[in-house]
Amino acid sequence: MTPILLIEQVLNGLQSGIMLFLMAAGLTLIFGVMGLINLAHGSLYMIGAFAAAAVAGWTGSFTLALAAALAAAALAGCIIEMVVIRRLYDRDHLDQVLATFALILIFSEGTRWLFGSFPLYLDVPAALSGPVRLPGGILYPSYRLLIIVIGLLIAIGLFQLIARTRIGIQIRAGESDREMIGALGVDISRLYTIVFALGAALAGLAGALVGAIQSVQVGMGEPVLILAFVVIVIGGIGSIKGALVGALLVGLTDTLGGVLLPLFFGLFMDPSSATTIGSALASMSIYILMALVLLFRPTGLYGRA
Amino acid sequence: MKIKSLVAAACMALAGSAALADGHGGKVKVGMITTLSGGGAGLGIDVRDGFLLAAKGNEMLDIVVEDDQQKPDIAVQLADKMIQSEKVDVLTGIIWSNLAMAVVPSVTAQGKFYLSPNAGPSALAGKGCSPLYFNVAWQNDAFYEAGGLWANENGIGKVFLMAPNYPAGIDGMTGFKRTFEGEVVGEVYTKLGQTDYAAEIAQIRASDADTVYFFLPGGMGISFMKQWAGSGVEKNVMGPAFSFDQGILGAIGDAALGVKNTAHWSKDLDVPGNADFVKAFQDEYGRLPSLYAAQGYDTALLLISAMAKADVKDAAAFQAALEEADFQSVRGKFSFAANHHPIQDIYMREVVKEGDVVTNQIVGVAATDHTDVYGADCKM
Repeated sequence: MTPILLIEQVLNGLQSGIMLFLMAAGLTLIFGVMGLINLAHGSLYMIGAFAAAAVAGWTGSFTLALAAALAAAALAGCIIEMVVIRRLYDRDHLDQVLATFALILIFSEGTRWLFGSFPLYLDVPAALSGPVRLPGGILYPSYRLLIIVIGLLIAIGLFQLIARTRIGIQIRAGESDREMIGALGVDISRLYTIVFALGAALAGLAGALVGAIQSVQVGMGEPVLILAFVVIVIGGIGSIKGALVGALLVGLTDTLGGVLLPLFFGLFMDPSSATTIGSALASMSIYILMALVLLFRPTGLYGRA
Repeated sequence: MKIKSLVAAACMALAGSAALADGHGGKVKVGMITTLSGGGAGLGIDVRDGFLLAAKGNEMLDIVVEDDQQKPDIAVQLADKMIQSEKVDVLTGIIWSNLAMAVVPSVTAQGKFYLSPNAGPSALAGKGCSPLYFNVAWQNDAFYEAGGLWANENGIGKVFLMAPNYPAGIDGMTGFKRTFEGEVVGEVYTKLGQTDYAAEIAQIRASDADTVYFFLPGGMGISFMKQWAGSGVEKNVMGPAFSFDQGILGAIGDAALGVKNTAHWSKDLDVPGNADFVKAFQDEYGRLPSLYAAQGYDTALLLISAMAKADVKDAAAFQAALEEADFQSVRGKFSFAANHHPIQDIYMREVVKEGDVVTNQIVGVAATDHTDVYGADCKM
């Protein structure tokens, strides 16, 4: 493997990690602040992608499509928080899992009812459709570079929001002691709605950004949801920093594992069994990573005991 | 001896007319178990719509449709329910090989006919074949073997193979390698349901392959083709039609243009009845038919042709009537091999744009009178 190919694969791993971060950040915030396991987070991702595809279809503008994705997912987040989720904060996790699983089914079939069973068309804007040449002669799709940049900007923004704003202080306080900030006069139900809508909007944006290079179809959110859970478990539940580090770790392990493991087994095996064993092990790699992290840090990398 | 068989024939004739007279005998109850929800719903909906189009207005057919949700356990439950409480005579509809393997052997063991409109696992074509099982679509390897043959004839020397790491993916690539005589320079098996192919595309770019041959059904294929177009890699792309079916092409858009794919049917195939089928399907459902719709349509035509010749209650006669395959397939010539799998031509199609619609056009024949290699193991 040439160094150039390796760098390209590292970029791919970074890009997939950044996308995972957008999903995991919302999930970990919601869990950290409200103690809620939200399985329907993948549906918000799907809503973002479908809203973007629909608006891009009507207007032809990708920027408008992204805005629509943010708005639609945030709105859906607000509505489900007020209608369903609010009733679940005091219930145990099993009730939350059951109720949010029901939301997945409702959103999936609702989307199918609105948009049909066939995947929708959403493409990257023409200006970003080709590759760019990076220093060192690497040809890399410009849209993926844009995803990395947007993701990093959002990560920085989120850290600023949590560290420096009043709402960030309330979120952090909510993570440490929910009853206390309620007693101090913070409107806790408004805070919860805002946090939920913020998490939903991030998931919707991720769905729209990724939808342009993947398939916009019903059920697209669930595989990502599983990965996002792996990320927050590795990073430590409730920690934004943990979500970022965990997402990058998972993205890199997943991408590089799939490339390097078959090569590694190829050193001492015939090509076809090296491919088979390498691919099989690569599919397991992130779960092995999660098991290892849990073995040494049971609360995750940045989790509080 | 002669008198005996004459009497027997007379009895059968009487039994036949008696059955017709009671108003139920001529009717056939069909149980269709197919995928109507979840990510694979597009395929099941097309099979169902194609089947119902051919059966439209036919009062001798009584059709029950149920959704298997692409889950083997649900498919098995539905099959039991249809056989035991709905008393169906014929089952059909299953899209996926793993579901077919869970349902078909038990259906045929209970003495019911099964007509496969899509899945063709090798086990059911070889050792596990059954007199009551008919595959109207293809054995799973067919499109791949034809792809290998076409590559040999068209000067494709170095190929990079890619498929999901599950039985149908690995079988498909094995099928391609069975007929392909050039060099396989790389082979990657991806996770089932994988949506990001940046790493694989980088590997393909770095290889010296002139063609990438892949099988990625449904959303996986859409993701790969969009990312492939964005990567700027310039190599030929080939695959079986499953990755470039009409239901998917709309979502890939221009990124799929120029891709070669093998199939037994295409909407521009110039055989009697095909143009009428395409038009009738468009009028009825407002979209272009896919090859799955064509398979569903042919399955119903086959069933109707057999019903004209024999009573479904007489299994031996009905089996013989099905074996004749006396219907005008929208694929042109169609007959069954001894293992009840199709003998048919397989074409190479190319993705083109007609006006605003991205669709397929035939560019040549990839395999003539193609049949599978498993029939030798089939002892009926």
